[in-house]
Amino acid sequence: MSDKIRLEMTVNGQSHSADVEPRTLLVHFLRDDLGLTGTNVGCDTSSCGACTIHIDGESAKSCTMLAAQARGANITTIEGLAVSGELHPMQQAFMECHGLQCGYCTPGMVMAATSLLNENPKPSEHEVREGLEGNLCRCTGYHNIVKAVLSASGQSAQGGGA
Amino acid sequence: MIPATFDYLEVDSADAALAALAEHGDEAKLMAGGHSLIPLMKFRLATPAVVVDIGRISELSYIDDSGGHIAIGALTRHRALETSDLVKAQAPILAHVAGQVGDPAVRHRGTLGGSLAHGDPASDLPAALLALGGSVVVRGPSGEREIAASDFFTGFLETALAPDELMTEVRIPKVPNAKWSYQKFNRRAQDWAIVGVAAVLNGESRVALVNMGATPIQAGAVEAALAAGASIDEASAKAAEGTSPPEDLNGDAEYRAHLAQVLVKRALTEAS
Repeated sequence: MSDKIRLEMTVNGQSHSADVEPRTLLVHFLRDDLGLTGTNVGCDTSSCGACTIHIDGESAKSCTMLAAQARGANITTIEGLAVSGELHPMQQAFMECHGLQCGYCTPGMVMAATSLLNENPKPSEHEVREGLEGNLCRCTGYHNIVKAVLSASGQSAQGGGA
Repeated sequence: MIPATFDYLEVDSADAALAALAEHGDEAKLMAGGHSLIPLMKFRLATPAVVVDIGRISELSYIDDSGGHIAIGALTRHRALETSDLVKAQAPILAHVAGQVGDPAVRHRGTLGGSLAHGDPASDLPAALLALGGSVVVRGPSGEREIAASDFFTGFLETALAPDELMTEVRIPKVPNAKWSYQKFNRRAQDWAIVGVAAVLNGESRVALVNMGATPIQAGAVEAALAAGASIDEASAKAAEGTSPPEDLNGDAEYRAHLAQVLVKRALTEAS
């Protein structure tokens, strides 16, 4: 077995340090070492987006990153969005627009959607769909997810045919 | 899926990366964004003994105007290419193609140099590099050399990069007035192209094909036909000449050969 390496990173505003095997994937570090199980593992091949988190404010797929690659980074997971018990506007919008069914893709969807609005605060419906192309919902609840993202951006969804 | 064990070495400069390669030789593998390498390691198709993490070498992440060409640091991420005003103005096809890679989360992590060095014939960016007639700069123990895109892709997932060399820069000719098109055909968002075509018409015509052989390739017969004055219909009919398309669940060779003709025609029509 290879030597463990020392990692320090900030997760949801808290500093963490740990000794991990180099092959530890970031998603497993978050779930198994830090107990942040809101980030899901879906396809495990960077296709489905269930494991989407933010690294320094940008969406990334944590199943396709080594924990070591996040050394020194500022990580946000779904658990870090709500502040003092107040849902993040994106979480609120998913709730109000019924943007989830089974809920498995939801943490990744919310993280991808917040990253999208960071880069493009007023996306068109088309841009929302393109922006979420890396996140799969196997309940196929896409219409309401798109509505939720548009709602969170302060725009009402036109058409879309839910 | 968990990668096999390896030793991890993070380096913060190109010199340190070269020193690590010199020390560990064939046992070492460079990792930039990791979005090509980590999947291979999770499937245990790659089992390097040492992973040299070059992903945070800031000196290799830049997009500069170098007079006749754009100089792009090998560790520039797809998202930076996609949103660069310089790239959008001087080589718009490159910004567009960068925005077609994977999905936004992948583009935040993946790098231009990593994608080119991986040499996947199904990737988007190698075709853009070929169609633009760009080059890559690599550094090794004996110094620096520049390799033309047309000489870079040598076999399936193999390039002209030697095991002790590091790609440092990608050079893209400025073609602000070129006509261009990128046609990516796939069935699902974010998938690799079943077949793709990159065309840049700038006096001479360059046409590159995605997923039509063991390497990213140029459609030489199409280019020659256009140079000889052929029509779009005549030239696009030659799209599959000299290719050996792969066969998989998405399509057999005959289907891909047909797709190549259709997509070359679409690309040339859009670019004309």
